[in-house]
Amino acid sequence: MTEPSLELKDVVLKVNRNTPEEVTILNHLNLTINPGDFITVLGSNGAGKSTLFNAIGGDLTIDSGQILLHGRDITHDSVERRTRFLSRVFQDPKLGTAPRMTVAENLLLAERRGQRRGLAPRHLNQHMAHFKELTATMHNGLDQRLTTATGSLSGGQRQALSFLMATLKRPEILLLDEHTAALDPQTSQDLMHLTNQRVQEEQLTCLMITHHLEDALTYGNRLIVLHRGQVTFDVAGAEKDALTTEKLYSFFAEIE
Amino acid sequence: MSLIVSTIGQGLLWAVLGVGLFLTFRILDFADMTVEGTFPLGAATCVAAISNGMSPILATLLAFVVGSLAGLITGLLYTKGHIPILLAGILVMTACYSVNLRIMGRANVSLLGKATLFKNAFLESLPRYFDSVFLGIVVMVVVTSIVIYFLQTQLGQGFIATGDNQTMARSLGINTDNMKIMGLMVSNGLIALGGALVAQNNGYADVNMGIGIIVIALASIIIGEVAFGDLTLNQRLVAVTLGSILYRFVLLIVLKLGFNANDLNLLSAIVLAICMMLPVFKNALNFKHILKRGLDTND
Repeated sequence: MTEPSLELKDVVLKVNRNTPEEVTILNHLNLTINPGDFITVLGSNGAGKSTLFNAIGGDLTIDSGQILLHGRDITHDSVERRTRFLSRVFQDPKLGTAPRMTVAENLLLAERRGQRRGLAPRHLNQHMAHFKELTATMHNGLDQRLTTATGSLSGGQRQALSFLMATLKRPEILLLDEHTAALDPQTSQDLMHLTNQRVQEEQLTCLMITHHLEDALTYGNRLIVLHRGQVTFDVAGAEKDALTTEKLYSFFAEIE
Repeated sequence: MSLIVSTIGQGLLWAVLGVGLFLTFRILDFADMTVEGTFPLGAATCVAAISNGMSPILATLLAFVVGSLAGLITGLLYTKGHIPILLAGILVMTACYSVNLRIMGRANVSLLGKATLFKNAFLESLPRYFDSVFLGIVVMVVVTSIVIYFLQTQLGQGFIATGDNQTMARSLGINTDNMKIMGLMVSNGLIALGGALVAQNNGYADVNMGIGIIVIALASIIIGEVAFGDLTLNQRLVAVTLGSILYRFVLLIVLKLGFNANDLNLLSAIVLAICMMLPVFKNALNFKHILKRGLDTND
């Protein structure tokens, strides 16, 4: 058996600690992610999906439990340190890009994700040809706007750029937090196709939160459902392929 | 003629404040009040050091270092202490007042008969007021070039990204706390350097010379932007120096209209407020234009 990419062991995460409003968001959660897994994550609002991502990313510190990357304990690593292996795409297109910097400048920033940034010149021009080629694969006109400030791009273009930035330097774990939810149906579809294509080609290990049951069934090799801070459903391979939206709906009705 | 030269000279000497504040106000996107304390801190440090026999060049550089230490304190209060930046700046600014009195020993120290950057054979051989023009140009070329180079480095790009989108910067592994601290240090170092230059030019340091400094520095930035319109980042940095000179001319005109030097802070504030509201006025004018066109076609 191959070594897991990422393991969450008995993770507990509470918010408003030591106040009357204390809530346990992740409740002794266990999850093992294997290399090449493309996991779609389902769950109702408040089930802990985004909190799970924030715990993996280091934005929230966990109260107990362990997070292991290739067997190495990263529970106490800072957000900055974790970006060496981790990249994320947020739901809000505004969160993923720097609005006053150009498309090319954003890509250049992403190319050094998790690496030391020194006083060496950035050498933007040397990267332009590569960036042009790369953005052309998005088929949305991004390659024509490399020197445009990202603030003036459309939401779809910005989100496609965020996705490109997240995969530019190959991440060991890619976290997609409803990254197509804020887009119109067609743009959302296009970005989903591109996402799938790139994850397959690069054999990325990826977790994708979605509220689209169809997307959750169509994409990925594994599907998990979060409920009250735990993984209550976890299927992969042929078992996942056999799932239907009806079965998922009845499952959701059961646990609620 | 000499009035014009002297105005340009003043604009150049004060321009370094605008570039310093640009790093926090425009790039990190917050207003840093510390500068009201670091400007006299730089002046006090420089004057005290010169009075104790230090060479003017070293005393000026020392002012930069001491100013950046004040910026470091603001940065730590803000990032590690989670004190809102406006309050963190005001705290350090207030503390600086006492520190400045300690450094100088009294409220006002003169450099009469002491060496300054302006007292050397070459600058004294220039026609009157050309000394500050020359020194101002040298300082601004060096400072602006270094800042422009820095902003184009990998680190500088991380610094810009921090001010532009903190969430993204963090997700790319940029330590945004360190970037803010660094920005505050360099910014306040430059403001203190400005304080040292102005003190040597005036021939004294005064503990109250910091009042209204943030308005003067902002005026250079805003007037530069208003006067030259849509520019790249590098061009905007150069425009700060030109904005600083323009601002001095505005003050000159106002003084010529019969206001006196005691009115300067009021006038500076009014000039800045008008410049900052220009986009609002422009929109209002466009609105009328649209209305008028709409009426015309209906006729």
